[in-house]
Amino acid sequence: MSPDILTGEHFINGNTASAEGAIAVGCRFFAGYPITPSTEVAERMSRRLPQLGGTFIQMEDELASMSAILGASWGGAKSMTATSGPGYSLMMENIGLGIMTETPTVVVNVMRGGPSTGLPTLVAQADVMQARWGSHGAYEVIALAPASPQEMFDMTVRAFNLSEQFRLPVSVLSDEVVGHMTEKVVIPTQDKVPIYARRKPKEPPSDSYRPYQADADGVPPMANAGSGYHMHVTGLTHDERGYPVITAAAQKKLIQRLCDKIRKNRDKIIQYTEVDTEKADVIVVSYGISARTSWKAIRTCQKHGMKVGQLKLDTIWPFPEERIRELAGMVRGFVVPELNMGQIVYEVERCAAGKCKTVLVPHPGGEIHDPLDIYKAIKEVAK
Amino acid sequence: MSDRCAKDEHPDDASTVHRDTSGVGGVHDHDHRKEEHTHPMDFLLRPGRIPHIWCTGCGLGVVLTAFLNGVKKANIPYDDVSVVSGIGCTGRIAGYIQLDSFHTTHGRALPFATGLKLANPKLKVSVISGDGDLFAIGGNHLIHAARRNIDMLVLCVNNFNYGMTGGQAAPTTPVSAKTQTSPYGCWEHPFNLPYVAAASGAVYVARWTVLHAKRLVESIAEALNHRGLSFIEVISQCPTNYDRSNKGGEALDLMHFFENKTVVRNGIDPKDADIGLYTPITCGKFVDIQKETYDCGYDRMCTLAKGGKK
Repeated sequence: MSPDILTGEHFINGNTASAEGAIAVGCRFFAGYPITPSTEVAERMSRRLPQLGGTFIQMEDELASMSAILGASWGGAKSMTATSGPGYSLMMENIGLGIMTETPTVVVNVMRGGPSTGLPTLVAQADVMQARWGSHGAYEVIALAPASPQEMFDMTVRAFNLSEQFRLPVSVLSDEVVGHMTEKVVIPTQDKVPIYARRKPKEPPSDSYRPYQADADGVPPMANAGSGYHMHVTGLTHDERGYPVITAAAQKKLIQRLCDKIRKNRDKIIQYTEVDTEKADVIVVSYGISARTSWKAIRTCQKHGMKVGQLKLDTIWPFPEERIRELAGMVRGFVVPELNMGQIVYEVERCAAGKCKTVLVPHPGGEIHDPLDIYKAIKEVAK
Repeated sequence: MSDRCAKDEHPDDASTVHRDTSGVGGVHDHDHRKEEHTHPMDFLLRPGRIPHIWCTGCGLGVVLTAFLNGVKKANIPYDDVSVVSGIGCTGRIAGYIQLDSFHTTHGRALPFATGLKLANPKLKVSVISGDGDLFAIGGNHLIHAARRNIDMLVLCVNNFNYGMTGGQAAPTTPVSAKTQTSPYGCWEHPFNLPYVAAASGAVYVARWTVLHAKRLVESIAEALNHRGLSFIEVISQCPTNYDRSNKGGEALDLMHFFENKTVVRNGIDPKDADIGLYTPITCGKFVDIQKETYDCGYDRMCTLAKGGKK
């Protein structure tokens, strides 16, 4: 029988590392549907969870997978699914339900080329805006972007903690290359894994219980089903009791809080990594596998005497607007390589607000960037 | 009465029924509870939520009462009961029940309930939803929940149409029945719901109408204590939409129809229980078998995973 946490050094791929991160942070429910290039996450979970007293279930589709992990979360489990583009599209419906009902859960999206069936086995980063806006309605989300198997482990752990802290489905936006890349992954001892415990209601069950009465940070504590609170949970616009109220006033109150609980806690959520940005003329803003491809170009430029830095987005959503605004006043321009035809570049451009150049290095997917293309863009901006 | 009694306001045009957006605020402005009418099952209803949103003459009130009585009769601790609904008129049932209740997305009540049940097997999970929710948009989930034999009750209210959106054709609409999207008569073959449920693996399958309130309560109580996926279809009138479009009469006429035209045939093969346009309805308990449930099979597999013997 395997231990809960595989403390030690491993040589594993990103998808496996993600599954182990989930197990390390206490995930004991996985529902999924096989889809390339994410399937290794489900396969790992199907081996590990039955050994650990957890539940693995292969659902009939991704609609069902997403619904099941929401239900499991209300049943008291830390729950997760893993998918790729076409499955992520199907999950959008119930990601919306998760946002509306404030259900903590984690969705790993190992991005591949699209639209539609696209490139099942080949890389892309084209679901970034879908992660932000893919479900209908007005809301805020949290999405993390790992760039290595180690980050697949670490960010899956963090995704669970953020989902519990802010009560929403959190996306881990990986990609085919990071998911299938095999590298050293260090799994710490259990006591070194940060765990955010679900906030329980402070008062015992009573008629005056309000399941959606938020704490000071905008997030309500959460009662699990079967704990006597007899709460109502609905995807309809609702009041603090959880009861449907179909009015503009109720909508304003609820949606404002759902947005504010992310917006006002941005500092606790947003993480990025800066390298050599202090005196840079050009900063490459990148995430996931493109952050690693950028390194070759950045180092080459630095060897040629150019002042180039990198802002690597560890969280993509919420977007680090403030930092981009600050940097925009200090540099000639931003270069944004991404494996799509332009998504995050528009966010960068919006925050730069004309203070500096913003140049996209697009790529429709199927392979990673040629670092030479990023190098040329940096040179162009540095002129 | 509230503004959602579109039947009274728009007697000639069912397409003007837009209850989905009418909300509940107006209803609670006048609180019937002040009249101090009490009901023995009030303690299982959410305070301040009644009157409900359903039309005059709808059968869903009977189903709600029958479910609550069934839970009581089944003698299950109330804290262990969870009710999961999808979207539609029936989908609103969860919101009235003073137990843990989940009003999910259209068609997805079953997979949500599957996650809930498997994450906490001590829960007694019931899915209550309509024919469109469970057999059209959620049809795939229904057959797979039955195939897996998840230990839960599925209570499907069949009113032969989409009521919430104003009376469109459903996968249960009988051939030649008129709806707002089959104005010349429905030309598609309908599902026979107990047949589908039984063929998919449900271990308890029954059908009643809302007239059979007592048998429905007994059936619900029996099904709640039957291990595995139990499926009960409840035929309800829909005088505002379906029955008006088909000149079926008022609610009372339809109750007389159920009284005179239903045949109780326990134990028959559910494939012989098709329903046509106001043809006699076969009711009864069709399936009552024992089969390994999902959680029992899962536990067995876990023993293997942990290196134990079969």
